[in-house]
Amino acid sequence: MDISEILVGVSDGRRRRSSFVAPSVIPGFGLTFGVTIAWLSLIVLAPLSALFLRTAGMSWHDFVAVGLSTRALKAYQLSFGASLVAGVINIIFGLIIAWVLVRYRFPGRRLVGALVDLPFAVPTAVAGIALTALYAQNGWIGELLAPLGIKVAFTPLGVVVALIFIGLPFVVRSVEPVLADLGSDVEEAAATLGATPFQTFRRVILPAIGPALLTGFALAFARGVGEYGSVIFIAGNMPYRSEIAPLLIVTQLEQFDYDGATAIASIMLVAAFVLLLLVNLLQRWTRKRGTA
Amino acid sequence: MAATAYPRRSGQLVLLAIALGFFVLFLLAPLIAVFVEALSQGIAAYGAALVEPDALAAIKLTLLVAAISVPLNVVFGLAASWAIAKFDFPGKSLLVTLIDLPFSVSPVVAGLIYVLLFGAQGWLGPWLAAHNVQIIFAVPGIVLATTFITFPFVARELIPLMAEQGRDDEEAAISLGANGWQTFRKVTLPNVRWALLYGVLLCNARAMGEFGAVSVVSGHIRGKTNTMPLHVEILYNEYNFAAAFAVASLLALLALATLALKSLLEWRYGVHGKASS
Repeated sequence: MDISEILVGVSDGRRRRSSFVAPSVIPGFGLTFGVTIAWLSLIVLAPLSALFLRTAGMSWHDFVAVGLSTRALKAYQLSFGASLVAGVINIIFGLIIAWVLVRYRFPGRRLVGALVDLPFAVPTAVAGIALTALYAQNGWIGELLAPLGIKVAFTPLGVVVALIFIGLPFVVRSVEPVLADLGSDVEEAAATLGATPFQTFRRVILPAIGPALLTGFALAFARGVGEYGSVIFIAGNMPYRSEIAPLLIVTQLEQFDYDGATAIASIMLVAAFVLLLLVNLLQRWTRKRGTA
Repeated sequence: MAATAYPRRSGQLVLLAIALGFFVLFLLAPLIAVFVEALSQGIAAYGAALVEPDALAAIKLTLLVAAISVPLNVVFGLAASWAIAKFDFPGKSLLVTLIDLPFSVSPVVAGLIYVLLFGAQGWLGPWLAAHNVQIIFAVPGIVLATTFITFPFVARELIPLMAEQGRDDEEAAISLGANGWQTFRKVTLPNVRWALLYGVLLCNARAMGEFGAVSVVSGHIRGKTNTMPLHVEILYNEYNFAAAFAVASLLALLALATLALKSLLEWRYGVHGKASS
């Protein structure tokens, strides 16, 4: 219903506007709404529909041949699997970092709080080469792991490390405000009533922050699945082993196989839309529970 | 804000140690590595890597692209938030979702959609070639891809704030005889200026640092269509590590400046309040 009503409002212009938008003394709806819809269509919607039209124009055989080839399936597996593992690790450590930032006072707390957003601000390529330098065999961290027989750079483990970096702030920033709102009095009440710290965490804190944790996880996961810049340097990019799905799109493009790239991209895009839908539902749920 | 206290019990200290350890390992160490690697060949090599003609061209192109795409998204963000926050119409939440859409599209896919439209094998490719217009593997394509990637940044900062502030101020201004433009300039804009700056900061950081989308549409022509992040990649793949990290360190400094300003806006002016990222 939404989109048809929007389209009616646009095409009929001024005459029907009064029935489309609620009456207001504030002017400028036609102009700002028009600019919004025009710019959105031009930059986002039209190019994205080009992708789907191109996919629709492909034969099913061609679509499956590339989009569901063994190499592509391995790449999806890595992209989604590594995002899942990194997301779970970020849930645990993101929660601990958020907890410490909200509840404890310690020297450098504000600095740590500000630098948690580093992955949002640092360009992905910079993060990629820095992580590779750290985790390569002769890097600061790689050197320590090598005697233990653990190789991170140029293996699927490297992909996970890059996605931990990229996803961490999503979890911390989602959980932080909920923890701050929760206050420490409920924990004190639980402790006074004889709950152990673990019981307090499981019965009191976790139910309250659960939705926010899930939201942070979903955001980090969605970002991880599509992530490119920070991953390609550290992954090693071996087909069937450490090749992520976005890289496979680039590879197809470099071979001028536009249809192959389109097939993989549309599969990833549908997955991203489903994720976006889930995130929105989660956020609505979080808000409802927050106000209840 | 919950009461904060210095951790005293051993359990609390362990938690603090885990949090700081993870922070140092995954966030601080990469940042430090950038600067250490950049200076590994000495300060002279560092300077030389930055003033080399291809590096300068990359810096110029990055500044140019940000100078075009950021203002475009500011205009869009202001228009969208005015329409969405100051009026009621059906389909509003769908519109907000669509504005956020670029956040959930892989950067590579963002680049690909423009190649499909404007590339040599794309829909408009033959027409563009006939009229001697080049978009893909040229600056316009880089600007388009960057604009797509940074599309939601300004709007999503302004929409919640303007919705929260309501319409009373604007309605009062209008009923006192101000016209729409005066109301926007003298009432609305001062109300949202710090949030706007916040959005511009994040938008700019992403515009200058975008890699995946730009990489697909750029063509990697040295000195012509190479932005700073792409230049970092080229140098790195040529095993010219010190130079790659030197250019990367400029981008890292930009990120640090962005975070410093962002924190200042949060602490001094209460922008965002860390409520939602």
